[in-house]
Amino acid sequence: MSVPGQWYLALSAVLFSIGALGLLVRRNVLVMFMCVELMLNAANLAFVTFSRMLDDIGGQALVFFVLVVAAAEVVVGLGIVVAIFRRRRGATADDLHILKG
Amino acid sequence: MRAVAALAGLHLPLLLGVTAVDATTFAVAAVIVLAGAIGVVVSRNPVHSALALVMTLFGVAVLFVEERANFLAAVQVIVYAGAIVVLFLFVIMFLGVDRSEDVAAEPLRFQRPIAVGLVALALIGLLVLAEGARWATGAPSVAGAARGQPGGNVAALGRAVFTTYLFPFEATAALLVIAVVGAVFLSRKPGASRGGPPEAAATEAGTEPEPAPDRDVPGEGSRTGSPTGGEPEPAGNPVSSASGPSAEPEEVSR
Repeated sequence: MSVPGQWYLALSAVLFSIGALGLLVRRNVLVMFMCVELMLNAANLAFVTFSRMLDDIGGQALVFFVLVVAAAEVVVGLGIVVAIFRRRRGATADDLHILKG
Repeated sequence: MRAVAALAGLHLPLLLGVTAVDATTFAVAAVIVLAGAIGVVVSRNPVHSALALVMTLFGVAVLFVEERANFLAAVQVIVYAGAIVVLFLFVIMFLGVDRSEDVAAEPLRFQRPIAVGLVALALIGLLVLAEGARWATGAPSVAGAARGQPGGNVAALGRAVFTTYLFPFEATAALLVIAVVGAVFLSRKPGASRGGPPEAAATEAGTEPEPAPDRDVPGEGSRTGSPTGGEPEPAGNPVSSASGPSAEPEEVSR
């Protein structure tokens, strides 16, 4: 018997949480993008796990589309990062501290 | 409270039916995935983060194989580790942001404790849902069974994508085209589309002064070189000057 699906779902939850934590605490835009990729991979893992648990190929088809969306997101996002770099010479998302009084 | 007790108590009887190979594969892949994810978050250097991301993606691919999603495992390695991470590394090297970031500095007070608290809350919620929720309604699947199909996993997935999910598949084609057009538009120099000389647009925007002289050099060299080197030629033979710009740099180089 294979490993139960709950283990995979727990691993997926932990992976998603690590990605979300990185997205919240890091300030380098490229590292934040990588954390978004971690969260997408956690979602993919959960999809494949549900596909196996429910014996439905639809979960794997959905992972296929998530891959496409992730590729498009990375292409556009890195294009935006390059455009920002051209204007500002820096890709650090810490301008929020200007709001401090 | 009941869910937490279930979380702790339900694993032990389930452990007994798992074969050793499956459990070992899952454990090793899970360790790889989590180590890579933590490496992405805590690395100071973005290059190290990208390499840790490759580690995580390979671990997830191993888990896909373990769950008998063979095609997705291959696609995971090819698309993610082969294309997306390379794109990340390319941008990191291209922009020169591979210097270390001071991870310990905290521009906003209480940002990290709040972030850790929120993430811990979300993690507990997700774990409870993963353990205790029974969402399956028992309805028959829309796209067909995942196991036991003729042709295996690849054929089953292809059949689902090209029949049930045909319209989303075509929509992803449009999405990819839009993404490519958007990336080209974003990475172009601002103001370069007006038909003017590109060096004028670059200096007008004042963004990148370095490449503009580089691009000027061959044009200027041929312009200054041809009157000095071939002084009598334009009067005697105007056809050769009109023959094409490709002949001119060779003359100058000689």
